[in-house]
Amino acid sequence: MKPTEIADPNYFHKVVDCQWACPAHTPVPEYIRLIAAGRYGDAYMINWKSNVFPGILGRTCDRPCEPACRRGRVEEQPVAICRLKRVAADYKEDIRERLPRKAAKKNGKRIACIGGGPASLTVARDLAPLGYEITVFDRDPLAGGMMRTQIPKFRLPESVIDEETDYVLNLGIDFRGNTPIDSMKKLLAEGYDAIFVGSGAPRGRDLDDLPGRDECRANLHIGIDWLSSVSFGHTTSIGERVIVLGGGNTAMDCCRSSVRLGGKDVKVVVRSGFEEMKASPWEKEDAMHEGIPILNYLVPKEFKHDNGKLTGVVFEKVKAEYDDKGRRRLVNSGEPDVLLECDDVLMAVGQENSFPWIERDIGIEFNKWDMPAVDETTYQCSRPGIFFGGDAAFGPKNIIWAVAHGHDAAVSIHKYCSGEDIKDRPPPMTTLVSQKMGIHEWSYDNKIENDKRYKVLTVDPAIALKNIKVESELGFDLKLGLAEAQRCLNCDVQTVFADNLCIECDACVDICPVDCITFTDNAEEDVLRTHLSAPATNKTQDLYVSGELKTGRIMAKDEDVCLHCGFCAERCPTGAWDMQRFTLNMTHAEGACRSRA
Amino acid sequence: MSFLPKPKFRHPAIETNDLGFTHRDYEGAISTLCAGCGHDSISAAIIKAVYELSLPPHRIAKLSGIGCSSKTPTYFLGASHGFNSVHGRMPSVLTGANLANRDLIYLGVSGDGDSASIGFGQFAHSIRRGVNMVYIVENNGVYGLTKGQFSATSDKGSKNKRGVVNNDSPIDMVSMAIELGATFVARSFSGDKTQLVPLIKAAIEHRGAAFIDCISPCVAFNNHEGSTKSFDYVRAHNAALNALDFITPRAPISTEYEPGTTEIVRLHDGSSIRLHKIDASHNVHDRAEAMSAIHRHKAAGEIVTGLLYIDEDPQDLHTNLGTIAQPLNELNAPELSPGQALLDKMNAALR
Repeated sequence: MKPTEIADPNYFHKVVDCQWACPAHTPVPEYIRLIAAGRYGDAYMINWKSNVFPGILGRTCDRPCEPACRRGRVEEQPVAICRLKRVAADYKEDIRERLPRKAAKKNGKRIACIGGGPASLTVARDLAPLGYEITVFDRDPLAGGMMRTQIPKFRLPESVIDEETDYVLNLGIDFRGNTPIDSMKKLLAEGYDAIFVGSGAPRGRDLDDLPGRDECRANLHIGIDWLSSVSFGHTTSIGERVIVLGGGNTAMDCCRSSVRLGGKDVKVVVRSGFEEMKASPWEKEDAMHEGIPILNYLVPKEFKHDNGKLTGVVFEKVKAEYDDKGRRRLVNSGEPDVLLECDDVLMAVGQENSFPWIERDIGIEFNKWDMPAVDETTYQCSRPGIFFGGDAAFGPKNIIWAVAHGHDAAVSIHKYCSGEDIKDRPPPMTTLVSQKMGIHEWSYDNKIENDKRYKVLTVDPAIALKNIKVESELGFDLKLGLAEAQRCLNCDVQTVFADNLCIECDACVDICPVDCITFTDNAEEDVLRTHLSAPATNKTQDLYVSGELKTGRIMAKDEDVCLHCGFCAERCPTGAWDMQRFTLNMTHAEGACRSRA
Repeated sequence: MSFLPKPKFRHPAIETNDLGFTHRDYEGAISTLCAGCGHDSISAAIIKAVYELSLPPHRIAKLSGIGCSSKTPTYFLGASHGFNSVHGRMPSVLTGANLANRDLIYLGVSGDGDSASIGFGQFAHSIRRGVNMVYIVENNGVYGLTKGQFSATSDKGSKNKRGVVNNDSPIDMVSMAIELGATFVARSFSGDKTQLVPLIKAAIEHRGAAFIDCISPCVAFNNHEGSTKSFDYVRAHNAALNALDFITPRAPISTEYEPGTTEIVRLHDGSSIRLHKIDASHNVHDRAEAMSAIHRHKAAGEIVTGLLYIDEDPQDLHTNLGTIAQPLNELNAPELSPGQALLDKMNAALR
């Protein structure tokens, strides 16, 4: 193998698994250390810069960071990163003084954002301080988009949404609620310098073709529309027997909301197997803890009714079959159909974008799925000056992806409005700083705690299930938050090797608690992976390879389960190993994103 | 020096030996020696050897004297017996322990000061008596704990850290061991575990006085230019006579080897070593030739390493003394006090 190119900003970034997995690349270990130090405000601000909605995400994020967390590879459970984010948000001091100010001078450019959800608000936050005049349009009266309308209040209290949307709107954003945009043509005529479409995926999928659908319309509800109606207080009750169709997070929100609105016999029914459900594992758990059964391998076949009054749903029992390529097919199991009786059905079987309001003759190309063709790097569509982000760009994802899109679209808009090539995007800036304080002292806490993942405190179900506005999770208290923060392995403190200093004394090999380091003859990667102290079978994790050493061998380190404990550097007599903190500055819309030459 | 305990987490795919232990189960406390000390590598080699032999830790006793080297038993085999004795007196304590209980495996860990200076006589007598043990000298050629004076194994003409030249003749520990009748004599280097680990394994299986002189650079006081025990010097002047593979009794011995370059050496318990001859002329069964090889390479300015001499059929102290096979702590009243009749018989024999 060739020596590892550690100057590549991606190399050490990948080692910080959580940060790499986060679409917005939030510096997770950095803010967890600040939480451990009791600096909640600082931890919050780091989050706020990266992901704009720490309090909201600390409750609702899809947490791509947690399955990626290295801790999950050395013991059972990853660090509770998401809930630590909430700790930062819950216990921070007043940080309003530290937020950017309204731009003192406008730059004369006007930007329209369609939709007031996470993607649009991120664009607004990134651009407003630079002097852009931002107008945000939303069909709902308040900002927040799906964060406000689709996420039930028992998971995300109104006050948290208000606080974090206000931080953005207070930058001098012109927010126009109750203002749906019904024609792109008309909006274009208003002469904005750029337009950002962050209108989400507002259309819930229906089961139109099932017999009985039309007859019992009154008791069949589209999941996201129903949640929105609950959210705004238009819907306050539901029948006693409820069936929720679908296996995603929306289904989980629907069933848990139903229980709180009077549902006594609520069940979730999914087509696929329980394991393949799209819902996050913890959301499934939360639903089941509230006594909601999840029935699988049942495909809805017909809505039964009595003169238009829904009485139940007939399901076909299926089983999974796999073809040679491992693709799954659901086939009839041969068992008789099942009738489940109910008063109401909530359909949470997917949602999609819909752009009836974009005229097809204004230079915006639509692809074969009738979606606008959007560039995956610049977020621009085929008509220059119009950008897409969030669910509106590439279909339903989640909040943190919307934020990431927003940041990148803001960079494009800033460059576009400055007359620069939006395809020319500078890579993120990185720094590496030694953490050495003394011969065996580091400026980070390198002691590895053995604690297992802590459980988050919750409200007694007897209280939580009675009121849909009572937040069911209490979050970590300070003591639990501190203990959980100590579980973080500080993966951003990198093991950096200088081959010219190494005397090949083996001290690092001997001390490494997880047998990461090997001195061996060089070989191709596949061969080398089998020659290490412990075979490196996880190919998603890189090998860190040095140049040739005095004996002709090389140092090869498997990054996979490195604890970042710093013992290799502590036991190194020559300082060939050093622990250096890696920081990554994502390219956001600001002066530096335009040119670094 | 590290203050924190070594993290408990292990590699998720860590291997276990026949007893179900991982190599980490054979560790001791975290080392307090200087970072990069050769002695730590020797500790790691001992851990690896014992792990690979699947020895139960409680059947091993590690004994040492005073010095950096003699601190190391704390850092390996944390679940084994140990005795940290007076300076240079490890061999006596080990001999006594061995006489009392021959069932344990005895690991004597010493240094050049402990064995070539204050304990020179002790070293000599334990070897010549043929005590069944592994005697490892962690030889750095310097008094590290007292900050860098020449030791008795420092080569004539080598320089200390401040540039002073040593004018005294060195004691060559392997020559001494062969002369004194050790039945397994090897020299190795802390920076070469592929050589050291099989040597330790073979030494453990050898039933007699096994001696390993292990050159172990002192990173703090003897790893500079002009030293003959530095990493660079030893690597540049290392003349290995042979390379070994340790073969357990159960593993089938491959017969595919070229005669003259590879040789199988049987050990006591059915295990064996496969000896790859690097120097084809060297015969490990010939003491005189071993001595001559040591002198020849020394004259050429080389450090000879590998298995230098082995007697495949050694006789140990217990055989010489005709002692009882049972450990003393297992003897009960009937054996210890055999009764008046036997006493009378013994007395009669003396009249």
